[in-house]
Amino acid sequence: MTEKKWPETWQEINPGCMVFRPGSASEYHTGSWRAKRPIWENEKCIKCGLCYIYCPEACVTETAEGFYEANLDYCKGCGICAQECWPGAIKMVNEEG
Amino acid sequence: MGKRVGMEVAIASAEAAALCRFDVAAVYPITPQSHVAEHLSDIVNDGRVDASFMTVESEHSAMSAAIGSSATGARTVTATSSQGLLFMSEVLPIASAMRLPIVMIIANRAVSGPINIWNDHSDIMPMRDTGWISLFAENGQEVVDMTIQAFRIGEDRRVMLPVNVNMDGFQLTHMVEPIIMPDQEEVDRFLPAYVPFATLHPDRPVSMGTLGMPEIYAEAQKSKDVALVNSIKVVREVWQEWEAQFGRKYEPVQSYRTEDADVALVTMGSMGETAEIAVDELRREGVKAGLLKIKLWRPFPFDELKKAVKGIRVLAVTDRACSFGGPGGPVFSEIRSALYETTKRPKIVNFIIGLGGRDVHMEDFMAMVRQAAKGKLSEPYVFYGVRG
Repeated sequence: MTEKKWPETWQEINPGCMVFRPGSASEYHTGSWRAKRPIWENEKCIKCGLCYIYCPEACVTETAEGFYEANLDYCKGCGICAQECWPGAIKMVNEEG
Repeated sequence: MGKRVGMEVAIASAEAAALCRFDVAAVYPITPQSHVAEHLSDIVNDGRVDASFMTVESEHSAMSAAIGSSATGARTVTATSSQGLLFMSEVLPIASAMRLPIVMIIANRAVSGPINIWNDHSDIMPMRDTGWISLFAENGQEVVDMTIQAFRIGEDRRVMLPVNVNMDGFQLTHMVEPIIMPDQEEVDRFLPAYVPFATLHPDRPVSMGTLGMPEIYAEAQKSKDVALVNSIKVVREVWQEWEAQFGRKYEPVQSYRTEDADVALVTMGSMGETAEIAVDELRREGVKAGLLKIKLWRPFPFDELKKAVKGIRVLAVTDRACSFGGPGGPVFSEIRSALYETTKRPKIVNFIIGLGGRDVHMEDFMAMVRQAAKGKLSEPYVFYGVRG
């Protein structure tokens, strides 16, 4: 069962839909919902980390240079990072198609 | 073999939970359940059970706390009534979906409005489809026995479902009744320590209450339904074992003088006792009356009902709740639907009675049997005794 994305039949459902494999929710890529993606302009970024703190999906990470980027597998494009970024370093741009 | 005591039934239900050595009680008080809440609190405070009493700010929190505590593997009890039960309703299907054997004692009370604190079944009926096992007690003894049975049934590894024990508010909760209170040793023998299927523990990670997308939600519901349907086997088994150990018999549908009955009443809860006296009185007058008392409401005992109605010409089903704009009271529509495929089925009529604490006397049940004998009433469901 653990090999499958979800149980095939009702008989394969664990009682209470319990999941015994930790972290399995990470396999669900919520980024597929996204209509807009955040773009960082690092020249404006002051590395305050508010985007990292506010991201409700915890998908914003710090790069080796101390700037920030979103993991687009999970970023839902909510725009909270752009809203909270007071230097205005984050822009939300439409996804193609 | 236990001790015969005179005890208020609400208090006795808490005492029964104490005999089950509950670990957590998460309860918010509401009339007419308050004595259950208070007494559970007393029991914990007095150190009679090694348990926590969680004071919560609402019934929604009470059930949420019960779910959390049960998920850690604690034997959990709660209790409520009326508006409190309705306030819990959002969480009730989650308790059953998570397969947590919480036991809830319900002091059945009318639902507002108009505001009414007295007894009927309009609180539990809207909760019918939440996936809980539902037992209906007729008297104080049954409240005590069913509370103990509820833990055993719910915790059985073949069941793993929450159970509610319904006792009529005031008519039962506030009555002092003679009750045989089982000994601790007897209850320990009947109810082993709870061994949960899984618990929230950092050493063995498990996710409970997970997301179910369209690809899996229907399968999840089917598996829950099968669990509830199959639980009737365990209910029967537990009741047989109870009878063997304690000598008191429990059946999903209990028949009273129906062997040759022409018209039979159907009741749930405390009114069964009044109806029995009415049947006796009618029999003295030469009327072949009988009575069916439903003790198990969910899972519905289809087989037992079909067996019990054999030979009966008219069933007079009483309901203590309305299904506004529907086919009749909930018990009535359930029974009529259950017998639809039966070739030789009785005529079935419906009386809505005892709403909001309205007394139903022996003479009323006798009158209902007489009216029902025609096999048809003036309306599809009749609000018996309503003025106008």
